[in-house]
Amino acid sequence: MSIVVRTIASSIFPMALIFSFYVIMHGHLTPGGGFQGGAIAASAVVMLLAAHGYKRMESKLSMDGLSFVESTGAIIFVVVGLAGLIAGVSFMYNLLVGSPIFGYVPHGANGGYLNSGGILPILNLAVGLKVIAGLSSVVLAMILFTEGEE
Amino acid sequence: MKIKAIAFIVFAFFILLAAVRMHPFGDISHSTMDDYMIENGQNDTAANNIVTSVVFDYRGYDTLGEATVLFTAIAGVLVVLRREKNE
Repeated sequence: MSIVVRTIASSIFPMALIFSFYVIMHGHLTPGGGFQGGAIAASAVVMLLAAHGYKRMESKLSMDGLSFVESTGAIIFVVVGLAGLIAGVSFMYNLLVGSPIFGYVPHGANGGYLNSGGILPILNLAVGLKVIAGLSSVVLAMILFTEGEE
Repeated sequence: MKIKAIAFIVFAFFILLAAVRMHPFGDISHSTMDDYMIENGQNDTAANNIVTSVVFDYRGYDTLGEATVLFTAIAGVLVVLRREKNE
């Protein structure tokens, strides 16, 4: 597309990534979470692809990298779930409640602390990685595998 | 034919019964579970956002299935759209 669209897309992209990271990491404090933040980041990637075209972005996005990130997210999710089982309670048990990291929130209304939520921030991050890589790879697949068709 | 008519009547009877006995619109339903989560959510999961507590902690198994659905959808897209290299 034209240079105006390309410049604005490039300058909005980091802000969209920061907003997405904020939505993911504040999933246990504010509305949002892994799925929503991941969709924001994936839409930022789609915006870059739409503005610059696939040819210019080819070196920065690869199917193997996206598959790796998605698998990493899935593995983190399952491992955190199994950790509760190994500890002898149940699958997806919130192990970190009461521990120094992510462990404590005062009862009742409060302004919210980032350092709370037990395993929820870790799971949000895992799901966020999964959704970012997954949705981006769907768009990338549609570009790659329909290339050159009438 | 007779069996079909009887089946239809029984079915219609239960549908009408369900319509008559339906929960009144806007009426407050049982809130035992809601009350438990609002009261104990912060102590159980150390998170302020009750929705995230439910999605990732109380119903964490559900979210694992949801992530699996996403994975399956992406695998399906890749399988359907993939083209052979040597074509």
